[in-house]
Amino acid sequence: MADGTLAIELKGISKAFGPVQANRDINFAVPRGTIHGIIGENGAGKSTLMSILYGFYKADAGQIFIGGKPTAIPDSQSAIRAGIGMVFQHFKLVQNFTVLENVILGAEEGQLLNRSLAKARKVLEGLSRDYDLDVDPDALIEDLSVGHQQRVEILKALYRQADILILDEPTGVLTPAEADHLFRILEGLKDQGKTIILITHKLREIMEATDNVSVMRRGTMVATVKTAGTSPEELAELMVGRKVLLEVEKKPATPGAVVLKVEDLRVSDEHKVERLKGVSFEIRAGEILGIAGVAGNGQSELLAALGGMMRATGKVTLNGAELPLAGKGSDGQSRRRAGIAHVPEDRHHYGLILDFTAWENVAFGYFNEPEYQKNALFMDNAALREDTRRKMEKYDVRPPIPGLAAKSFSGGNQQKIVVAREMEQNPDLLLVGQPTRGVDIGAIEFIHNQIVALRDAGKAVLLVSVELDEILSLSDRIAVMFDGRLMGFRDPEKTDERELGMMMAGMAGQGEAA
Amino acid sequence: MDRLPRWADVALVPLISLLLAAIISALVLLSIGQSPVEAFDVMVDGALGSAYGWGYTLYYTTSFIFTGLSVTFAFHASMFNIGGEGQAQLGGLGVALVALALPWPHWTLALAAATLGAALFGAAWAAIPAYLQARRGSHIVITTIMFNYIAAAFLVYLLVDVLRPAGQMDPASARFPEGAHLPALNDIPGLNLIFTKPVPANVTLFIALAMAVVVWAILWQTRLGYQIRAFGKSEPAARYAGINPTFIIMVAMLMSGALAGMMSVNNVMGEAERLLQNSSEGAGFIGIAVALMGRNHPFGVVLAALLFGFLYQGGAELGLWTSIPIEMRIVVQGLVILFTGALDMMVRMLLARIFALFRSRQPGVA
Amino acid sequence: MDYATLLQILDTTLRLATPLLFACLAGLFSERSGIFDIGLEGKMLAAAMASGAVAFLTGSAWLGMLAGIGASLVFAAIHGLASITFRGNQLISGVALNFLASGITVLVAQALFGQGGRTPPLSGAARFNPITLPFADTLQGVPVLGPLYREVISGHALPVYLALAMVPLSWWVLNRTRFGLRLRAVGENPAAVDTAGVSVVGLRYAALAITGILCGLAGAYMATALQAGFGREMTAGRGYIALAALIFAKWRPVAALWACLLFGFFQALALRPDVVQAVVQVKVPVPFLDALPYILTVVVLAGFIGKAIPPRAGGEPYVKER
Repeated sequence: MADGTLAIELKGISKAFGPVQANRDINFAVPRGTIHGIIGENGAGKSTLMSILYGFYKADAGQIFIGGKPTAIPDSQSAIRAGIGMVFQHFKLVQNFTVLENVILGAEEGQLLNRSLAKARKVLEGLSRDYDLDVDPDALIEDLSVGHQQRVEILKALYRQADILILDEPTGVLTPAEADHLFRILEGLKDQGKTIILITHKLREIMEATDNVSVMRRGTMVATVKTAGTSPEELAELMVGRKVLLEVEKKPATPGAVVLKVEDLRVSDEHKVERLKGVSFEIRAGEILGIAGVAGNGQSELLAALGGMMRATGKVTLNGAELPLAGKGSDGQSRRRAGIAHVPEDRHHYGLILDFTAWENVAFGYFNEPEYQKNALFMDNAALREDTRRKMEKYDVRPPIPGLAAKSFSGGNQQKIVVAREMEQNPDLLLVGQPTRGVDIGAIEFIHNQIVALRDAGKAVLLVSVELDEILSLSDRIAVMFDGRLMGFRDPEKTDERELGMMMAGMAGQGEAA
Repeated sequence: MDRLPRWADVALVPLISLLLAAIISALVLLSIGQSPVEAFDVMVDGALGSAYGWGYTLYYTTSFIFTGLSVTFAFHASMFNIGGEGQAQLGGLGVALVALALPWPHWTLALAAATLGAALFGAAWAAIPAYLQARRGSHIVITTIMFNYIAAAFLVYLLVDVLRPAGQMDPASARFPEGAHLPALNDIPGLNLIFTKPVPANVTLFIALAMAVVVWAILWQTRLGYQIRAFGKSEPAARYAGINPTFIIMVAMLMSGALAGMMSVNNVMGEAERLLQNSSEGAGFIGIAVALMGRNHPFGVVLAALLFGFLYQGGAELGLWTSIPIEMRIVVQGLVILFTGALDMMVRMLLARIFALFRSRQPGVA
Repeated sequence: MDYATLLQILDTTLRLATPLLFACLAGLFSERSGIFDIGLEGKMLAAAMASGAVAFLTGSAWLGMLAGIGASLVFAAIHGLASITFRGNQLISGVALNFLASGITVLVAQALFGQGGRTPPLSGAARFNPITLPFADTLQGVPVLGPLYREVISGHALPVYLALAMVPLSWWVLNRTRFGLRLRAVGENPAAVDTAGVSVVGLRYAALAITGILCGLAGAYMATALQAGFGREMTAGRGYIALAALIFAKWRPVAALWACLLFGFFQALALRPDVVQAVVQVKVPVPFLDALPYILTVVVLAGFIGKAIPPRAGGEPYVKER
């Protein structure tokens, strides 16, 4: 119950990583028994602040008060002792352990496991009854759904008798239904007197779930307000520091001939689990098809299969010619030759070689292009540098130095290098996954405009994104993906987030004409 | 951690690593009651103090350039080839079979054919581990180690039961014909003014230097090299770009095996002139130290090979003139690998501290 | 082949499997904690030299064993420094330490004894001598099992039985204790251990310490029981065979026992080419028998006998994520 005392108070917290000031003189207080939201863009310093609170990083300056007492938190052990529990964005679970083993890890009673396991089993029974946190204690983590894995993380914190629970972007991987369930759990915890800090970049969640909200921007805490007394528009403005137009200005689409036709596409992963379970659609020239969905429902496999990174079955035709889906001619090189460019979902993992220079990355995937060859034997590195310089200027990559290693650029500029490389090859079809993940606002606008410009040049675009806003504002047609299937197609003018959200949870959606 | 300036990263880090290895080596010598200063004197005098010593140092250098390039080439594809030793021994077999096959009319023909034979046999010995890594995911480190032992056993069998001429006692092949004799440095007009006494260093040295240039050109100037380096940095990204992993692993390992095999031209054909048991004498392993010390760049490999050539010739001199066992050089080799390959982060942190200290003393620069 | 010959080969198998088993379990603790260790060979070699030397100097096999463990622990500590503290390449560190051991054992043995890098032959209490188990002679008359008990099970040096005892002990520690739970967790997902407030570094050093002790026992057994003293390169690749056995056993203690016995059996066969020839009716070159464990290891590694999934965090230094 909220009793007016403070659960946590931070005074003057600062933290720098080399030249980057991640947190600057943060002051911040959370009353006991409330749900407190922290909102901010990627890289605003939210996670750093919470990591300091959980003893993962040591603040350069400042003080932490827990329950009114100054408390030093040099490591996670101290945080746990101080009653702080943390649910990380990427779960910290041992995949081939059972739920019970994960729960007792680090909180065992004595040297032998038997007693700990028995006790944990009992405590878990009570917790799952009290908080609607139902999980099979003997299940292996790798067999659980993401939503259940998250419950295990919450159970871990509660088992350690946490009074303060921090959740970092907890709904990123959840369906709307799972997210609703999570918020009910959090309400229940609040009613029992627990204090909850919810870190998110989703305004809707802040408005629905929190009592107070703090806004962070570029490492500073810009405001703390009562949720009831604010609006999403005001928070958004505080977050980015200026009015943002989420709408992308674009002319109505004028779709031409069918460029890509996909019929009954199926993909299985390395464990022979079917991830894409028969997907069919078309994209026309001058059209953007947006695929909405919660991460992990087959969108990545769709991009990978079309981009030549995974083998598939079914039938895919590009401009009337059938593409091989396995074996010879199904690799990324063949796809590029056929006219498919691909901005991958994860630029660090796929799109760039971080240790390579910018110019080496501009040849990535296109190293066989005749314009980059000096003769039959050698590449023309000088021409490649020059080409890179030109692309960097056109796409406003900063700093425009072709010889700089890719890892030295900011996220937005890295993404611009990838986008420049793929779009400048003049493809017939552009595959683009999460184009603005980890990208600053200015670059988002730029990249969105480039995608629309490509459409207006008569190209087909397949856009995959977990950001509904992005899908709604860019797409000419929207398909929703759930559990490896398309739930249906919608006209962005005639649908809304609520309907799409239901479809993303697999709950509604009848097949309109593909 | 602060970033180091590029020149410090390229030059200073290996030098400090070397210095640390030297200090520990000196401590080892002191602890077994020997004088490091005296040992160093003997080494410098024996390896660098005369043209004769240089003739030996360069002979070892030649072998180490090949094996260092071998490790380097595979490293760029993110393959740790510990099998250079076995590949070199098989390369020796290739050399012997070629040299014994014909009464060679001229050494240039014999050299070309033997180099090819050595490369082919070395590559063949790398092929199976490469294939198993590419297709079955068997860890290349473990399989190449196993192949070293298998190669050793295979050669014992061949030398005892197959290649040994009738009536010869020791397990070795027959002597190579006269036409397969390679000119040593003292046989080459011009150089014979410097090398007045017979030395083992021979024309293979120039092949080794040429291969360093070839390796550099392949890795940094061709599409193949681009793909190898991209694959070595990130396998998932390489798949995205349409680089064929099996092809890259096979090519990189075959080339690596070929380079390791080619070192046998130097010792089997240029020096022993017959195939002996354990002909490579650990040079395959020294390639690891040379590659690490040379920062996986062909130019660095040549310099590091020269350093290890000195170490090996100097170590042999120690064995001859002092009571320090010749194994001292294996200790130094281990220490160099440890400091340059596994503890480089420690050296870097150390240097970053020192640099930070200097910066803080110069106001305005920080 | 008669029964007596079979028993003789099995007896040799057990003796030759013992160092493999110690080293294999040593590798198991290290790799289950997420640290690759191809330096088992070097640790064994260092331990063999130290135990051989100390056993000769003191006349006590026990003190030799302690010295062997100490030497092996020093190498394990360097490996820990490189791969845990300084997050270096674990494979390269292992290779380096193997060379270091190979050279330094000869240097020290030569400095101490001046016998070409060997220790003088050990005898009496400086060696672990065969132990005759109770009733070995009494039960000899029992058909089949009696001779088996007397010839194969009984009559080994103490470390052989110690190695066998290590198998259930390792299983128990790994699966039934807090330490084991944390050790397995740190090899699978060190972040889970770290956020639970347990030191990743501490756990991994502890695992390497166990690796050091077990390799020490392996080396001590080689110099003071299997053979009578240390000779240069006496481990002859056993560290690598143990590593292969570990993969074969899929990182499980009980399976490790069977894998080591199998490879020990191959080594025993290599000592008896006459028997092999009598059984297969073809002259088999001795080098082929020598190479057999390595060839089979490659076959195992090629995955033709079941797929081995290593601990997920193996080989990766742990760095806290932002």
